[in-house]
Amino acid sequence: MTDSSKPTEVAYDGPPDYRVVGRHGIFPETSHDEVERINYLAQMNRHLSTRIMPGVKTSFEQNVEPEFRKKTGRDMANRHEARKAMLGDYAYKFWSALRRATMEQRQQAGRWTALRQSERLAEIADKLTRDDDRLQLNPAIKVPRYVSGVDHHCMPGSYHTEYFPGDVTNGANYDHAGFVTTAGMLGKYTDGGGHAVVNWVKTNLPDFKPKKILEIGGTVGHSSLPIAQAYPDAEMTIVDLGAPVLRYGLARAKSLGVDNVRFVQASGEDLSMFEDESFDWIQTTMFLHELSSNALRNIFNETRRLVKPGGIVLHVEQPQYTDEMSLYEQAMRDWDAFYNNEPFWSRMHELDLDTQMEQAGFDRASLIHGGVTAVVDKDLFPDAADDDSEDYGRKAAWHVIGARV
Amino acid sequence: MSIEQALAGAGAKAAGKRPWFLDEEIETVLNITLAVSQELVVARQRVDTLERLLEAKGVLSREEIEAYTPDKKAAEERGLWTQEYLARVMRILQQRNEAADAPEDVASEKLGDELVR
Repeated sequence: MTDSSKPTEVAYDGPPDYRVVGRHGIFPETSHDEVERINYLAQMNRHLSTRIMPGVKTSFEQNVEPEFRKKTGRDMANRHEARKAMLGDYAYKFWSALRRATMEQRQQAGRWTALRQSERLAEIADKLTRDDDRLQLNPAIKVPRYVSGVDHHCMPGSYHTEYFPGDVTNGANYDHAGFVTTAGMLGKYTDGGGHAVVNWVKTNLPDFKPKKILEIGGTVGHSSLPIAQAYPDAEMTIVDLGAPVLRYGLARAKSLGVDNVRFVQASGEDLSMFEDESFDWIQTTMFLHELSSNALRNIFNETRRLVKPGGIVLHVEQPQYTDEMSLYEQAMRDWDAFYNNEPFWSRMHELDLDTQMEQAGFDRASLIHGGVTAVVDKDLFPDAADDDSEDYGRKAAWHVIGARV
Repeated sequence: MSIEQALAGAGAKAAGKRPWFLDEEIETVLNITLAVSQELVVARQRVDTLERLLEAKGVLSREEIEAYTPDKKAAEERGLWTQEYLARVMRILQQRNEAADAPEDVASEKLGDELVR
């Protein structure tokens, strides 16, 4: 269906068609209309960030800030005041209502696709993982409050809920429709973050030859597999709390031909199954914000205990809040904390991570700081480094904090 | 898993109280409208797929679609369809107009009271 009144020479700028995503052996089947639902949502997110959100900023500057100043006789003191003031502003309210609705629609779309074929996917997982010691589940594991209290990013059942024995539904949902949130910026296998980390390490630590690598909170292995592939002589261990994502993760890795990985059900707070100095490289990717203060401390302590001398610990996260970041941007970045079920997001992003690392026993002089953007197949996917749009908290551009001990 | 379970599960609420940014009723309607908007796009893309496949198979060309002119009977059928569609979509406004012209209207609850007097 074309529109003859439309100019045809306009260069397209937006998410790719979902059909360019990489499929693997346990990727859910998607009907024509299911694909179009995902395309719609990716376009909607792009529309909200590029066409609607600028109005939120304008209204903040023209209405919200001046009114606050008039009412209180002073400037806003912090991001919480900025956010609360915006809650009275039409632009922020409508953008928020639309963004929340889009999150919920994405979950419904993805869950329908995963649930309607959940038995078939479980069979595939079973065939690919049965009697494979690279899948180590622990049904006795206790899901902590910071995961069970609210479902992160409005994903019903989170990473851990099983609907029947052997179920992988929540892994399949998380994997196949993640495309929506970043409008394709994470690349073919939602692994642009992992490729970015690999590039960063190969560039900055060219002499580093890890043999044992650990990713904590690695879910289905999106970010882990590029690392395992880049270091084929290494053995990569992925731990997570959720059995559905781990089952799905090993099946996905094997079907993609990545065999130097194992998936272990464990809490990052208690990795006592591993001896001291077990790993050359410990990685987390977009993970710290889904913890709690205690959990973050415990996990940092575990990474210090587990990393070998000469090894590295790297955390990839959205940028921390700083005094240089405007209150508007901080408040916008805080949206997910309050309205998208990321309860630790706000407090995590105000932490002094250097001090946290130091308290976990890392020398300040050993700390690493950097920045990365998702590395994707630029012929097919938007490149976050070239993209000047900003979707606070969502853009595939992150900070790196870590240490080389 | 049954269809009922999958339908309910797909639309399940995430754990955690939902924030409301607008009046709760208005935001509820906004969400329904957005879902309809999504399904409109899905249907439109399906039509586009059909057209492209039909064109690829040589059944028709999309220029034919752009140049298509319904004959009188077809035009009337199509016009009627659009009128019927708009009447469905705009029903609530029609009824508000009718209500404005019906000052003698009585609420059923009130009439109920009257009927037992």
